[in-house]
Amino acid sequence: MEEKKKIATREAYGKTLAELAATDKNLVVLDADLSKSTKTADFAAVAPERFFNVGIAEQNMIGVAAGLAACGKTPFVSSFAIFAVGRAFEQIRNSVAHPQLNVKIAATHAGITVGEDGGTHQSIEDISLMRTLPNMTVVVPADAIETEQAVKALAAYQGPAYLRLGRLATPQINDENYQFKLGETVLLRPGRDIAIFACGMMVAVALEAAELLAQESISATVINVHTIKPLDIDAVVESAGLCGAAISVEEHSIYGGLGSAIAEALAENCSVPFARVGIDDKFGQSGSPDALLRAYGLTPTVIATRAKAVIARKNAK
Amino acid sequence: MSLDVVAENAKEMRRKIISMVTQAGSGHPGGSLSAADILAELYFDAMRIDPSNPKWEDRDRLILSKGHAAPALYAALALKGFFPVEELDNLRKLGSRLQGHPDMKKLPGVDMSSGSLGQGLSAANGMALAGRLDNKDYYVYVIMGDGENQEGQVWEAAMFAAHYRLDHVIAFVDHNRLQIDGLITDVMSPEPLEEKWQSFGWHVQKIDGHNLEQIAAAIAAAKQVKERPSVIIADTIKGKGVSFMENQASWHGSAPKQQQAEQALSELA
Ligand SMILES: Cc1ncc(C[n+]2csc(CCOP(=O)(O)OP(=O)(O)O)c2C)c(N)n1
Ligand SMILES: [Mg+2]
Repeated sequence: MEEKKKIATREAYGKTLAELAATDKNLVVLDADLSKSTKTADFAAVAPERFFNVGIAEQNMIGVAAGLAACGKTPFVSSFAIFAVGRAFEQIRNSVAHPQLNVKIAATHAGITVGEDGGTHQSIEDISLMRTLPNMTVVVPADAIETEQAVKALAAYQGPAYLRLGRLATPQINDENYQFKLGETVLLRPGRDIAIFACGMMVAVALEAAELLAQESISATVINVHTIKPLDIDAVVESAGLCGAAISVEEHSIYGGLGSAIAEALAENCSVPFARVGIDDKFGQSGSPDALLRAYGLTPTVIATRAKAVIARKNAK
Repeated sequence: MSLDVVAENAKEMRRKIISMVTQAGSGHPGGSLSAADILAELYFDAMRIDPSNPKWEDRDRLILSKGHAAPALYAALALKGFFPVEELDNLRKLGSRLQGHPDMKKLPGVDMSSGSLGQGLSAANGMALAGRLDNKDYYVYVIMGDGENQEGQVWEAAMFAAHYRLDHVIAFVDHNRLQIDGLITDVMSPEPLEEKWQSFGWHVQKIDGHNLEQIAAAIAAAKQVKERPSVIIADTIKGKGVSFMENQASWHGSAPKQQQAEQALSELA
């Protein structure tokens, strides 16, 4: 396979914020002492008067953003996912989601590919937490190109949103012609035998898995579910129904994230054999991102193996 | 124990911090070096601990609330004999007991898991309350960062400790004046820290956090205080002991390259 250029979604986030600074004068950005890591420093460099560092105080950051939004500003707030969503969950619930304020929580360093910092810093439950909140839109971009467009779409969209970003540089799966549509899945590879639903950096891994399956004459559909909420239920049900088997793939706990969202949609609309690939009710730990992806089974080989087991269930019916 | 021995251990800890972070290729040297003397004085002099019995019920406890300084804690624990010194080479590797941030379920000598800032003092309050309920006389030490003092939970815990008169809580603030994004006073000033802690009902001391005599004396004085928790605000230098790291926010969370490590180790010889 050709070598694809790797860029972290957080890099695209910072660049896009800085680009938007010139045109969107309502945009304000808040960070909690991690602006070099979340890349909001890029925005601070071009619009220092609209950048506010709150210090190591994530709960206050969410509250301040709620106030800014209540007065017509569009705040993007950033920290690591574990602190933005974890520490400030109830502030997000009661000061942002419940009053439906126009706050965008753009959290970086989600998932186990945070790497060496270890389990305390690896958020594997943020999709779940955010997805459960009424009014909250949840977006997990698959690459830098999609991130850029998602940031722009969310800046234009009125209402609370969660954007999940990564630390690790990952392959680009979209090209410059790509058009992101909030709430609509993207069919990346059509197939007949199984539908693979993936989000975030796992979309690229899912495409590799489909390639492995193709070598065994198994044809897999690969669908990028960048918007976890609201879920594109019709598209999910249609592809799963056509293939008669489905699997979800995410760098997140198998509880409450993409896998759960797909399972809920399928259970209610079109029951087909299904499996979830994700982090299996365990905390993360220190290690290099690659070593962790292997240790937690987030590899093309594991996805392909799990997919074949689901197809076998379909064929046994 | 004589302070000479403590000083030797502090220096050896600094050398270990440099070599382990270099070997791991990531980690937090700046805040580890600033807290090294405080940790050395605690582990090699002040604390009632037994490395052969890390779960001893009557031991003094220590919570590294600024958990990113794990390399300093690990160096102290290894040199004290809680686990083999060679294991320091495994810092941050897959499967290692030496996680990026301290994990009490994995490593002997770690009294509380940490890594998310602002949470350590609350846990210390709980440990001190338990000690009171069980008629035990152990002390609970906590080490916080000065940036960490921006977290609201720190002040909820400060209020609690004073309210419940937890005189067996002894907290340190590693006052190195830096956080990740720069000077604490530029990012989000928590100052004046002495007055804040005083107004929350704490016994406050301000010392040079690299002077072992002052650290030892402050701990002794804190133990004399009755009915009030104690905080020791220790003026320190982030990156202390390595010339090119001192007072540089950029060395908060980056590992030295091999050549830089060699220079650092020669300065710490
Ligand atoms: C709740 C939380 N928010 C953010 C972080 C990320 N972080 C790690 S260290 C650090 C700066 C700490 O500064 P300070 O407390 O002054 O520590 P020191 O200077 O002693 O290293 C930050 C923001 C964290 N670990 N926990
Ligand atoms: Mg500091």
